[in-house]
Amino acid sequence: MLKDKKVVILGDRDGVPGPAIEECVKTAGADVVFSTTECFV
Amino acid sequence: MSFAVVKAASYTLAHTPDFIPFGSTPTTAKARNDYEYFDTLKKGLRSFEDVVNYPPNQCYIGNITPQQLGEMAQPWYQSAAPAERTGKYGDILPQEEFFALLKASDAFDLVALTPEFIASANPKLAAHPQLKRFTLDAGKAMSAIDMHAMMEGHKAEPLTMNGELVGIVKQAHDEDENLSAHIMLENLTVKATGAHAALMLEAQGQDLSDIDYVIECSEEACGDINQRGGGNFAKAIAEMVGCSSATGSDLRGFCAAPAHSLVHAAALVKGGAFRKVMVVAGGAVAKLGMNSREHLAKDMPALEDCLAGFAFIVGENDGVSPIVNTDIIGRLNVGAGSSPQAVTSALVSEPLKAVGRKITDIDRYSAEMQNPEITKPAGAGDVPEANFKMIGALAVKEGQLERKELMNFVKNHGMPGFALTQGHIPSGVPYLGHGRDAIMNGDINSFMVIGKGSLFLGRMTNLFDGISTVVEKNPGVHGSSQNQAAAFDKDEARRLVAKAMQDVAARLAGSENE
Repeated sequence: MLKDKKVVILGDRDGVPGPAIEECVKTAGADVVFSTTECFV
Repeated sequence: MSFAVVKAASYTLAHTPDFIPFGSTPTTAKARNDYEYFDTLKKGLRSFEDVVNYPPNQCYIGNITPQQLGEMAQPWYQSAAPAERTGKYGDILPQEEFFALLKASDAFDLVALTPEFIASANPKLAAHPQLKRFTLDAGKAMSAIDMHAMMEGHKAEPLTMNGELVGIVKQAHDEDENLSAHIMLENLTVKATGAHAALMLEAQGQDLSDIDYVIECSEEACGDINQRGGGNFAKAIAEMVGCSSATGSDLRGFCAAPAHSLVHAAALVKGGAFRKVMVVAGGAVAKLGMNSREHLAKDMPALEDCLAGFAFIVGENDGVSPIVNTDIIGRLNVGAGSSPQAVTSALVSEPLKAVGRKITDIDRYSAEMQNPEITKPAGAGDVPEANFKMIGALAVKEGQLERKELMNFVKNHGMPGFALTQGHIPSGVPYLGHGRDAIMNGDINSFMVIGKGSLFLGRMTNLFDGISTVVEKNPGVHGSSQNQAAAFDKDEARRLVAKAMQDVAARLAGSENE
């Protein structure tokens, strides 16, 4: 589903942070163009 | 050496509806000329009575337990019953008393108040058991006309009551933006709300003059152009509340700072450097109304209308108060991964495993205690519940809990969030007061305090942070932890071996002489 797709990642410190999502989508062949982790509290 | 103990904890609020415009969200709205937001905000403001009656606030100051809060119908802002402004751990200041305290915190004549305000506020201070030590000097009053002139020159920020000007906070330097009127307003607020929290420890019978070290752990920075963030709020607060025997320093770590401070304080006492350490934090002006846009859009009141503070004392082992078991410290090291599993393992399961304990052995977890009624409408979810689920899921993964018991774990080992979204305020420590009492009453044996901090907001690193430790029942003045017992046995064994070797040497020397 994500193979060769460009992906923008918005992670959550108290949920799943950006780097963790990044590792997952990379294994599915995605091209991560931007990744960040934000604090929503 | 004996573990340090938690002697007392205080929690305070100051209702500051007229300060909401200084918050980050309203400031942004102002810059964008978003007048519609401010029109809606006016309709969403709560009265002091509504703030006092609000169940999470009652929980914060100690009049109801987190478990009692969890049994109350939501939305809590609609189920509020009449309640008291004073609680077991602290009280809620109305705005007038807060402004008076702001002036009492002012060592550089930066806060000016109108004669009418001073005349009205002094009797309120005199009637407050802990604030009666402060009296505002009517001789230093300033007229509203002079205040307007300073504001028009952008040299002061206004203090208003229901929109009416009653005072100003002046800039502390003509050119240094670190001493601007807005920064001084923020920093004096930290000092005033921190001092309020410290004084509420005195209300619990604690002698503040006996404290020998103070750690301040809020999120603001005081200093000038040459040392922005130089400090030191700790000594400023200590001076104001009569900690005459204390020195101190500021500890910063975003929202994790209070949990770091608990560990630091326990280590200072256990190591013998200081006997009685007060950790204190004032409130964050920037967080006022932070999620108000979403609250107002959902016809809710602007629930972030208070500044919060807390203080707690960590002291030498008295044989009674709950100990801070620093044999158990969860740490999010630089090399730790960032996946939720890696974070929870580092903060919860690994430090417990190191001392032979399981996740389910800890009776309660206090992690990121944000009030979900504030965060859910803004899309941030129920933060404490998410943390408890993750801890429970790890217990399932490690075979300590059956999968079907996960939600029971969340209910029995967690608690509803009841702290204001004031950054550092929710970070694990809001439960120190309730948890201490629950241990002293025999309701629980232990709880873990978990703090997390978003270091990436400072743009120095992409890392985030976390630290945890366990507070548990005191085994008694002659009791000791397993590790202490092991250390004692080791020392005893060393002494026995040394004596045996001396005996052997003496015998050998004797036989040579023969």
